[in-house]
Amino acid sequence: MNDATQNTVFIAFQTNDDTRPIIEAIGNDNPNAQINRYPAMVKIDAPGRLVVRRASIEELIGREYDLRELHVNLISLSGNIDESDDEFVLHWNKN
Amino acid sequence: MQVDIKTTSVTQLRNTFSNVARRLGGDKPASRYQEATFDLQSTANFHYRPLWQPELALYDVLRTQIEMKDWYAFRDPRQYYYGTYTIARARQQDVMEKNIDFVEKRGLLRDLPEVERTALVFTLVPLRHLEWGANLNNCYITAFGYGAAITQATMFHAMDRLGLAQYLSRIGLLLDGNSGDSLAQGKTLWLEHAAWQDLRRLVERLMVTKDWFELYVAQNLVLDGLLHPLIFTHYERRVSAEHGPALSLLTEFMTNWFNESARWVDATIKTAAVESPANETLLCGWIANYRKACNEALASYASAVFGQDTDTVLAQIDAVFETRVAKLGLKTAQKAV
Repeated sequence: MNDATQNTVFIAFQTNDDTRPIIEAIGNDNPNAQINRYPAMVKIDAPGRLVVRRASIEELIGREYDLRELHVNLISLSGNIDESDDEFVLHWNKN
Repeated sequence: MQVDIKTTSVTQLRNTFSNVARRLGGDKPASRYQEATFDLQSTANFHYRPLWQPELALYDVLRTQIEMKDWYAFRDPRQYYYGTYTIARARQQDVMEKNIDFVEKRGLLRDLPEVERTALVFTLVPLRHLEWGANLNNCYITAFGYGAAITQATMFHAMDRLGLAQYLSRIGLLLDGNSGDSLAQGKTLWLEHAAWQDLRRLVERLMVTKDWFELYVAQNLVLDGLLHPLIFTHYERRVSAEHGPALSLLTEFMTNWFNESARWVDATIKTAAVESPANETLLCGWIANYRKACNEALASYASAVFGQDTDTVLAQIDAVFETRVAKLGLKTAQKAV
């Protein structure tokens, strides 16, 4: 595997009304992320680090959001997870 | 037999309706709120003018002095359309029913001392008539307002007010052991007790306010902005300090609801104010007028409820209101007072 693939983290959601604002928020917060749309799935790849911010999602959906709601529509992800009330971060721990 | 699993992708031709796409600046996926709001109200092909107001069309922007280039600029930050609104309120209703059950089972209000029960009836039960006035006012705004963005939200707001009136009635029924006496007393207080008359006069004056946006400012921003904190923050805090949190359980919805709808009210006022200096001047004038009128109307009611602390409490809620108005970016509002 080359360095680029090793570095890449991703998160994949089902394509539906609930995930559209989440994907939009991720797109806004991670300028380097690449959003790939597949049938019924949206997979977001990012080099090194990907952050999902609660505040950005809340702004788009107009209500309070608990980041654990992500899991309802989550298909898969890769990377080490760093989770707090405000942020859900994917990255690779380098040892 | 061999089964091949293949994925077939069907790309939709259009992501949303053309009218929504025009507003989004391209054919992008739109939220349900956007699709259930934009351009919903009819704008053309009215064959007849209303018999009761032939100088205006059925839906007419001239029913308020506020002018907007785009009436759909009044987005609701809560993004309520019928679905999200009913789901949100149904959840809150479940919580309230549980709270009411809790209080009823333990007789938390029924077993309070007579004096305190009378005080609660005096302070809270006549408010149901005021909330009904607020319902009527928001119905008026819905009927004569322009653009579904604001009128759908004001209809939801009108229904909320009916809900608040019902919760207040439930408090009355918890106090009188379901006999309904407190409701009759509440009506008499509302109609006859001196302390309530200034507020009743104000509510009745709002009912005959012609300009729907002025009414919106007067009812939803100013009167609510002063009265709700007075009762559901200050009075509730006082009751729970003396008699425990029974009342707080029953006013939880009111508190949450006020904070939630304040976000929408503030956003609406802000949107109207940034549109033009003329709008801003109008808004500032209305806010200043009604702030004075509401503070005056609250005085005798507040002094009946808060006694010697009245001035401190009224000063506090007015200061909170001042801060709120300042955040709306209305430059002249402070000066006008």
